[in-house]
This record gives sequence, structure tokens and C-alpha cells, in this order.
Amino acid sequence: MWEHPSSSVFKTHRIKLLVMLVALSPPAFAVLGGDVSTLASDQAHLKASVRVRVRNSYSVHEMLTPAGTTVRQFVSPSGTVFGISWQGFAPDLQQLLGDHFEEYVAAASSQRGRRGRGIHIDTGDLVVETGGHMRFVVGRAWLRSKLPQRVDPDDIQ
Amino acid sequence: MTSSRTALGLLGAVALCSSWVACGSGQGSSSPPKNTQAIFVNGGPSNNYANGLFTNVTVCAPGSSTCQSVSNVLVDTGSYGLRLLASAVGGLSGSLPQQIGSDGNPVFECAEFVDSVVWGPVKVADVSLANETAQSLPIELIDASSVPVPSGCKAIGPAEEDVASLGANGILGIGFFITDCGDACTPASAANPGFYYSCVASLCSVASQALGQQVQNPIASFAANNNGIVIELPSINGSSPAIGGSMVLGIGTAENNALSSAVIFPPDKFGNLLTTFKGQQYAGFLDTGSNAYFFLDSKTTGITACSSAANGFYCPSSPVNLSATNISSQTGSSSTVNFTIVSASQLFSNNNDFVFPSLGGPNPSTFDWGLPFFMGRKVFVAIEGRPTPGSSGPYWAY
Repeated sequence: MWEHPSSSVFKTHRIKLLVMLVALSPPAFAVLGGDVSTLASDQAHLKASVRVRVRNSYSVHEMLTPAGTTVRQFVSPSGTVFGISWQGFAPDLQQLLGDHFEEYVAAASSQRGRRGRGIHIDTGDLVVETGGHMRFVVGRAWLRSKLPQRVDPDDIQ
Repeated sequence: MTSSRTALGLLGAVALCSSWVACGSGQGSSSPPKNTQAIFVNGGPSNNYANGLFTNVTVCAPGSSTCQSVSNVLVDTGSYGLRLLASAVGGLSGSLPQQIGSDGNPVFECAEFVDSVVWGPVKVADVSLANETAQSLPIELIDASSVPVPSGCKAIGPAEEDVASLGANGILGIGFFITDCGDACTPASAANPGFYYSCVASLCSVASQALGQQVQNPIASFAANNNGIVIELPSINGSSPAIGGSMVLGIGTAENNALSSAVIFPPDKFGNLLTTFKGQQYAGFLDTGSNAYFFLDSKTTGITACSSAANGFYCPSSPVNLSATNISSQTGSSSTVNFTIVSASQLFSNNNDFVFPSLGGPNPSTFDWGLPFFMGRKVFVAIEGRPTPGSSGPYWAY
């Protein structure tokens, strides 16, 4: 389910994927929109284990927190975190969204439309979607301005 | 299970009617059976909720007749335990004992929902519905007035602390798990996801909580009919202002809750079943607390997402007929579900309608069979570890 089968990137380049099941040092995580080379403290904060998968047009840095939540950060060739996805217990979104967290909370609070579970907010640049149920929350967030060329937002899963 | 929408609608209507008639004997021909709770789909307390399933719950100070009936409580098979706005409980709040943790401090909860949190004290109450009572049950009062939401809880998402943000007076979590957090929050857990807090004055820190002290599904604590529930809602053609249905307590314990030929779908450890759509497999779940068919994304489904007012839903230019198949991990048998998605902006254009059988929206990587799925069906939700004529819970069956 994670390797989204309909994703053209996955479909075209599956064989070319270089999968490195390695723990990185220093931890390769940053907040959404941040630079992967100025590494933030997500991994330490979330006490998570790490693996990295490199794709042709971006790399995916995956953390598994002790509580069993999987967090993926999508990093562009220039080193910017352009997208994040998560699955499991609700993660610390303040840590993951960084400066965009307040924007998320404001949009989520004001856009309480008729959707009764999960959320879909779009502030022009920041897009956040969540769904699931108690004990199993899925979500993803991305920045339009940071999306690399040829990457479909729906690849962020 | 592959019947058309119309055929299912007829079956649903007959099933609903016959169960009421069968159990009406001895209680007057018009009274519902004793193990039945009336449920409603309507606009809710703020008259703006789409596909919200509501009921009334009575809470009392333990062992007393000091009680409060709370209306417009959201019926949610996607969560576990009762949460009520302190404002809706009113003066009774002060009569409900505060739960004290193993460290001697008051226990508060940051209940983590998909898009929000609800914060407040864990209290103990007698909880009644459908003529059954769960005695001294841990519940959550949604109330940030005495102890503010701690930063660790706020970091998960916006807190919903009033009728306007919640769209209900509370949430009745009657899914198949007994406790809201489960083993992950117990002292033996290696990692605590942060549902429970120990608070000294306004200073709160994440604490472990034993299973028996966690906020939990009241159905599991009833003296009888405590192995699950059946949700019955009629099928409707097109949108409607409101519909009524019933939540029957118990599975295979009475004439009106026989499992008969329903297919059983046990969940995995995350609480999901397997749904296939266009040849691919996804995690799926049946959830009355989700107010639409929430599934996948525009790229996978080919359905346009709405913009502006109907943000978060699908807005196809014309109605789209779809099918997806749920597969039982118990028997391997499958059930193909046919459903239709109509543009949400078109559905919402009539301000008098609040029931939408064709409402859909995106949901990353998963298949959420929300409230429209329940219309025209009898859906069984069996509680974990409890025997039923089919097998022990947890499972869904329909």
C-alpha cells in the first residue's frame, strides 16, 4: 500500500530504485520546506529509526517511531523537504510542519466545512490531507512551491 | 452483497421494518425493542453537519439518580469511548468523580482524532443507552477551561472544545476495540503515543494509563448484549433533510440482531480490512463517524477534487458509478460494493439537505467506508474478545 502502485514515478523507476536500508548519520530529517542539509531534529525528537530510498527525481526518508507511526519525508534533488506523509498514531505535526504548523492550525480551524472526518486544506502553497480513524491516522502535506518538476503531489503517500 | 443500490435499499427497508415489528410484542406495537437505540442522520446541533449520525446518551453520577441526558452525540464506529462537552453535561460535571492516576494526580486526556484533538479531564460516570447501563465508566469531558491544552497535545492538531468546532455535543465511540488507546498507553508499553496526561495544577505531562482506566466503549461494559452492535439505516434515493434508524445492542443475542448470512471481516492490528479498487489493494475500514466515502486521490480515481466551498470532497462533472471489493481475511470471501459519487458542490447547493448517500472525497492511501455505506445495510460491529455466533470479535459484518 505504501508503494503506491499507480504512481508513475514508482511504476517507471521501480527497478532503478536504490534502496538503502541504512541508518544515516547525521539524521537526515528536516521540517517541511526546510533544507535537508541543515538538518532538523525530527529523528531525535521522534526517537525514530530511519531508512532512505532514493528515486530518480527525489528521495524518501522514512522514520518509524517507537509508537509505530511511519513518517516519510520527500526530499528534492536540491535538498528541500517538499512533502511529508504519515501513518499510525497521530504524529507531532508541529515538529514535522515547522513554520507551517500555525498556518495549518489556522486553516484547519477556519475551514471546518462539512467534512466530518479528516481534513483537506489548501492555502495556495501548503496542502494538507488527513484521514483514518482513532489508532490509525493517515496524512500527507506538501508545498506547491517546492514540488520538483515531474513530481505529482499524489506521489506523496 | 453485490446487489444494486435499489435492491439493497428495499432489503434494508424490509429488514428495519421486520425487526421493529418482531420485537414490538409485549411492549406495545409501536415501541422499539428494548435493546434498540434510536439514531438520526441530520444537521446536528448547529444545523450544518453533513451525514452526521447522532443519538442521545444519559450520564449519571455513579450509583445515583443525578443524571443528565445529552442529545446530538455523534455515533462513531471509528473511535472508542464516550466524550462529552462539559457544557452539554452542565451542572452534573461537578458530581462526576475525577479519575486519579497511579501517581495520585488527576488524569486528563488528549484524545487524538484524525484532524483534531479533544482535551479534558477523565471522569467516572454511569452511562446509559438502549436500556442498558455501564457503571462507573471512564469517560472524557471535553473542557479546556480548568487545565489548558498542553503544548504536546496542541502539537498534534487543533483542539475542538465547543459545539461550533465539534459539530456535536460529544462523540460516542462504539467501534470494535474496548479502549481508546489500548496497549500502547499502558505502563508496559515501550512508547506512549500521548493520549493520557497527569496534571498538577496546570502543569501536565504524558502518563501511562492501564487498560481498565482508559476511556472505553460503554457497550463492552453493559450487563447484557455486550458483544457488539448493529447499525441499521434505511436506503434513500437522493439527498434528504434527515433520516432515522436504529442501533441494536448485541449480536446474536435476540431476534433483532441475528447475524444470519452476513460476511465477517476481521480487522488487522491497525483496525483495517482489505479493500481492492481497480486491481490494487488498500487499507479500508467501516466508519459511521466519517461523513462520506473517503477514498484515495484524484490521480488514482480520476475524479476531480472540489475547490472552494466543498473543499475536501469530490466534485465530478457528472455522477460517477464505482465499485470496490472488501475481502475477508477470515474466509477469503469477498463483497463487491457499488456506489455512486455526485459532485459535493451540487449536493450542498440545497441548504435543507443534510443526508447525502452519494457524497465522496479523497483520503490518502486508504478506503474509508463512511456513513453513506451504512445506508440500506445492516452492519455488525463485534467487540474484541467477545464471542458471537459467527466468531469472536473484533470484526465487522454485513
